[in-house]
Amino acid sequence: MRVRFLRAVVSLGVVVAAAAPVEAQAPRGAVPYSVLSAEGRRSVAVVMVGDQEMLRLDELAPLLQLTVREDRAAKALTVSRGASVVVLSLDQGLASIGGKILSLAGPPVRDGSRWLVSPDTVSRALAPIAGVRTEVRRASRLIVLGDLRVPRVTVQQEPGGPPTRISIEIIPRAAFTVVQEPKRLLVRFDADGLDVGPITAGGGLVESVAAADPVTLAIALDKAFGTFRAATVPIDAASSRLVIDLTAAGAPAPAPSGLARAAQPPPAPAPPAPPPPAAAARLEAAVALPPAQPPGIRTIVIDPGHGGDEQGTRGAGGAIEKDLVLDVARRLRSVLDARLGIRVLLTRDDDRVVPHDERASIANNNKADLFVSLHANSSPNKSAKGAEVFYLSLDGLGAEARKMVESPEAVPVPMLGGGSRDIDLILWDMAQARHLNESAAFAMLVEEELRRRVEMSPNAVQQAPFRVLVAANMPAVLVEMGFLSNPEQEAQLTSDEFKNRVVQALFDAIVRYRARIDAQAAGRRP
Amino acid sequence: MAVSTRIVALALITAGAVGAGTWATVQYLNRPARGPAAAPAETARPAAAARRIKATLYYVSADGLRLAAAERDVLFAEGTAEQARRIVEALLEPAPEGLASAIPPGTELRGLFVGERGDAYVDFGGSLRTNHPGGSTSEILTVYAIVSAVTMNLPAITSVQILIDGHEVDTLAGHVDLRRPLPSAPQRAEKGTT
Repeated sequence: MRVRFLRAVVSLGVVVAAAAPVEAQAPRGAVPYSVLSAEGRRSVAVVMVGDQEMLRLDELAPLLQLTVREDRAAKALTVSRGASVVVLSLDQGLASIGGKILSLAGPPVRDGSRWLVSPDTVSRALAPIAGVRTEVRRASRLIVLGDLRVPRVTVQQEPGGPPTRISIEIIPRAAFTVVQEPKRLLVRFDADGLDVGPITAGGGLVESVAAADPVTLAIALDKAFGTFRAATVPIDAASSRLVIDLTAAGAPAPAPSGLARAAQPPPAPAPPAPPPPAAAARLEAAVALPPAQPPGIRTIVIDPGHGGDEQGTRGAGGAIEKDLVLDVARRLRSVLDARLGIRVLLTRDDDRVVPHDERASIANNNKADLFVSLHANSSPNKSAKGAEVFYLSLDGLGAEARKMVESPEAVPVPMLGGGSRDIDLILWDMAQARHLNESAAFAMLVEEELRRRVEMSPNAVQQAPFRVLVAANMPAVLVEMGFLSNPEQEAQLTSDEFKNRVVQALFDAIVRYRARIDAQAAGRRP
Repeated sequence: MAVSTRIVALALITAGAVGAGTWATVQYLNRPARGPAAAPAETARPAAAARRIKATLYYVSADGLRLAAAERDVLFAEGTAEQARRIVEALLEPAPEGLASAIPPGTELRGLFVGERGDAYVDFGGSLRTNHPGGSTSEILTVYAIVSAVTMNLPAITSVQILIDGHEVDTLAGHVDLRRPLPSAPQRAEKGTT
């Protein structure tokens, strides 16, 4: 059997060889990637092939200590380091590492005498055999080589105040000092470099936040600034958040507390008095800061399904799923905003295509406490009717996801803050696995509240391997409000009355779920 | 190293058929096997013209919410992959009286390949996606009608990945994650209707 199989493979080589390899079509320049290593920072060229960014293998291979050889007979590139070999197919986005097959974004592309590979190929096919630890952070256009400490820092100014609150998320954790200088605060990290993510700051006592040097962020201060207080809040084992409260000169100082006292600068005289001496404080210890808001549900992400060219399903009467769910999502946001005062984000607030991973990223990066995906249903049989609530099933996710559910401590928790970083696909895909129990609990509440107001399908709560739910790192459900394929239901679904009933049901379910979370938190307190 | 590299390269090309589904490759690998192959679940039964077997196929139930099992005559084929292909082809034919097909009309089966670990890769033409009516329920019914037809009749096949035009896809209609082979899900394949 084995012999026959291999013989078939040999013949196949001929079949595949008949196809011409892809070549770079009119490559043009693009913003380069940075490579950070112990030797410093250098850039590597990016060549656009269509809309795909590609990196030059001849530049990268020496950095990764790899040797590249083209195997024309096998139509493959053989990349090796000692006995470690990766074979990249030139016809398809596939690689073989130690007999394991990996599906990649695309095959290498020939560019004159050079070969170009995608960042995905570097990250997933070449990094595992590289002679140096290699981490590709696509969102930051950064490749980190070796055991360098390059935390990702994301800066956000919380709305409201006073005090003006700047929150800096640091992944992985890194020690830092906060130094006050005239007109600015410097946050200097004990790191080899910084991977600076999105900065959303400005207003109140802050003029701007920007990188001052490779390991320092500078917070430019408004002239009304008086004093600050800083503390770290651990997020999980791997990441932490630095919270800096700024108060105006003459305003009451932040409430006395034993927290982060070391970070207190000397009282700052009001401008235009001479600036105070630099005050520095090391804040490695995880000193707890009282949360800005009470525990519970603070942020909800509502995901109107489909959008743009992806219309979703359609009713015979012309109702289109993508429009219907956006309307309901906006209504739900209004109600939550007005009555609960919690932060509500929509994965799309207009008619456009949003990739599944981006939907989950929006929720993960905003630390959402709940994810609610809204959809309208369809069946080949027009009689099908009723609302359904789904949460994720692990069909097809494999043993690792199951292990995560059974023994969550045994598997490292995927770290999903910090934008669309180049995160291991498998870990990303397991994000929802550790929230399944809570997702199920929330799904039950949604079902109960919907049942009080709208007709339910006989399969009212179900599990399914839904793409949009897998990467959500918080309790997540998908709600099918009813069947557009059923003419009677289509008429209901498009009515204001029905939409408002669904919104009220979701609102009440969220309120009940919040009460559950609060009760759990209270139960944990001594 | 040359030998091991070559073997790895060859394995890669084979897997190419899995991942990207080169049609020629798929056809080649799916030629009737001569060696021992997993027998279909149902015993073979000679028919007038061609030998046929009984296979359980899955359609949309009367309430439009579930899969209903129905026993159909399917052409017999030698070898697991070839038999799987006949079963999927039968599934693409019109549904029996009283049931609806979970597969959009006009869907074309481009190829079918069975990997060494019992993963079947079923490659459909793009119309499976473009003609799909959408909706979670419809999509679940389509996906699991295919997964169940193959896995419930052929014990040698334990999971199924749906490809479109030879490529892996995220989903058919925006819901079910198709990036990996989906394992057999007997709970989604209801028994009863014939």
